[in-house]
Amino acid sequence: MTNPEKRNSKPDRGSISIDEEECKGCGLCVEACPTDVLHLSEHINHYGYPSATYMGAGCTGCGICFLACPEPGAITVLRLARRPSGTVIAEHMGELAS
Amino acid sequence: MSDDLEMQYEVARSRPEAFYERFDRKDELQHQTHYCPGCGHGIIHKMVAQAIDELGIQNRTILISPVGCSVFAYYYFDVGNVQAAHGRAPAVATAVKRSRSQSIVISYQGDGDLSAIGSAEILHAANRGENISVIFVNNAIYSMTGGQVAPTTLLGQRSTTTPEGRSAEREGYPLRVSELLGALEAPVYIERVGIGDNKQIAQAYRAVRKAIENQVRGLGFSLVEILSTCPTIWKMSPVESQRWVHDVMEKTFPLGLIRERTKDAQPHETPAPAPADLRKVLGIADQARIVPHQVAKSATNLQVRVAGFGGQGVLLLGEILAEAGLNAGLEVSWLPSYGPEMRSGTSNCHVRISSEPIDSPLVTRPDVLVAMNEPSLHKFYESVPPGGWVLYNRDAMPGECKRTDLNVLARPFTQIAKDLGDARTGNMIMLGALIECTGAVPWQSVDAALRQMIKSEKWLELDRRALARGRELMREPVEEAVHEG
Repeated sequence: MTNPEKRNSKPDRGSISIDEEECKGCGLCVEACPTDVLHLSEHINHYGYPSATYMGAGCTGCGICFLACPEPGAITVLRLARRPSGTVIAEHMGELAS
Repeated sequence: MSDDLEMQYEVARSRPEAFYERFDRKDELQHQTHYCPGCGHGIIHKMVAQAIDELGIQNRTILISPVGCSVFAYYYFDVGNVQAAHGRAPAVATAVKRSRSQSIVISYQGDGDLSAIGSAEILHAANRGENISVIFVNNAIYSMTGGQVAPTTLLGQRSTTTPEGRSAEREGYPLRVSELLGALEAPVYIERVGIGDNKQIAQAYRAVRKAIENQVRGLGFSLVEILSTCPTIWKMSPVESQRWVHDVMEKTFPLGLIRERTKDAQPHETPAPAPADLRKVLGIADQARIVPHQVAKSATNLQVRVAGFGGQGVLLLGEILAEAGLNAGLEVSWLPSYGPEMRSGTSNCHVRISSEPIDSPLVTRPDVLVAMNEPSLHKFYESVPPGGWVLYNRDAMPGECKRTDLNVLARPFTQIAKDLGDARTGNMIMLGALIECTGAVPWQSVDAALRQMIKSEKWLELDRRALARGRELMREPVEEAVHEG
């Protein structure tokens, strides 16, 4: 599922996965992100909140958004790691590759 | 990179395991907390949960939840829990720790709970040097009850009970609990941190972890005071609230270490008392039989149930209806029923209006159900007796609501209110429709009630328009609904 082109062109050190249906759109992660790669969506989620969204590139995996976010599981932080090939790929990879 | 290695993304930070997977509290929204968007409790809950995970103590942690918005901590943390009476968490924590010395006992308290009604309990628990960890969430106000002054409220800070700002002459100075406890001999670790920016958040997490780790090592009393936010009561955005912690609160409550004796502290344990025959010690006899009350025949006049999410004006709708009944010389009752959250929880109220004295304010078979959202409709739909009315805040009833023995007015009231000037008057449109279909109270008494309850001219005007619109909607011929469908 990894995108070979992306792998060759220096991939980002981190990535973010957001559960849009858990997010309440408070904007604290957007404020906290040192590299400004999060924003609030134009789209309103099922419960009427504008969900936080990852812009898709530029995350360093610092993880401060995770602590700044008041919802238990709205934000998952991923970091690039070197692993033996053939090990289980994080389930969030599907979103990252697209 | 060798052929055997490849770069992959791994989960570095995700939902802590110390949280339940689903939260049982509500029928819906089982993955969300009840806290308002941007609430400091959410951030601090996550720190506590993360620390429990990292220290590997989930199986022996017992959280003492307080009174305040965080009363529901037991719905979120998958650990042991005792919910204490207001301010009593340190006393309960003492009992739990002494009787189960291997457990890790965390007392989680807000500033109203800890520094006002519970000021004695925290003082003595600290003075005894109980081997517990206290997480003290200070947002300088009573939030759950709607924003009254707390001992921690800043000088000049407005609250519902200090409308012109707190004054030292009238309400005294902000109580610096951590410094106060820092004057005692026994505590081993006291630190004040904040959640005002990234740096503070990172430090707050370290402090929370340390306070709990001290207990794991058996060192003694640890307390972390966290300057936290309440966007709802402060009437600020979550981001503005964080800045306020950083720019304003911190001046009154300086951050930093107040007590650090963990290096010299020796691990110790307070021996647990031998279990005794409690029944015998306390001399408990057989419980007296409880004799049920006789249930009187219920009155036959108007019974209404209004239900929706908190913030939709459910309670106000009921209150104005009841007030209108009073103005018309009738007997009335208004019974609100809601959770401690300010917003997004479910909220409903029972209103009875009768020419006879009212026996009970409970409404179990409403003549009119006002359902401001779908969960509320489902919850009370079957309770409406045949011939009753259902007012529903959507343009059509859900497919599964098939009863033919009811009168239904399904309209997108919130949207209609928005078109009329303000979405928040959706409740008044529904009230207008309700009064029109029941005829229970004259319009003059409704208008009088509105004038009593709504103080702002602007809102009085908006609400009058909304009531009139609701009346029209109820009078509109049924054909319109067919066209809409």
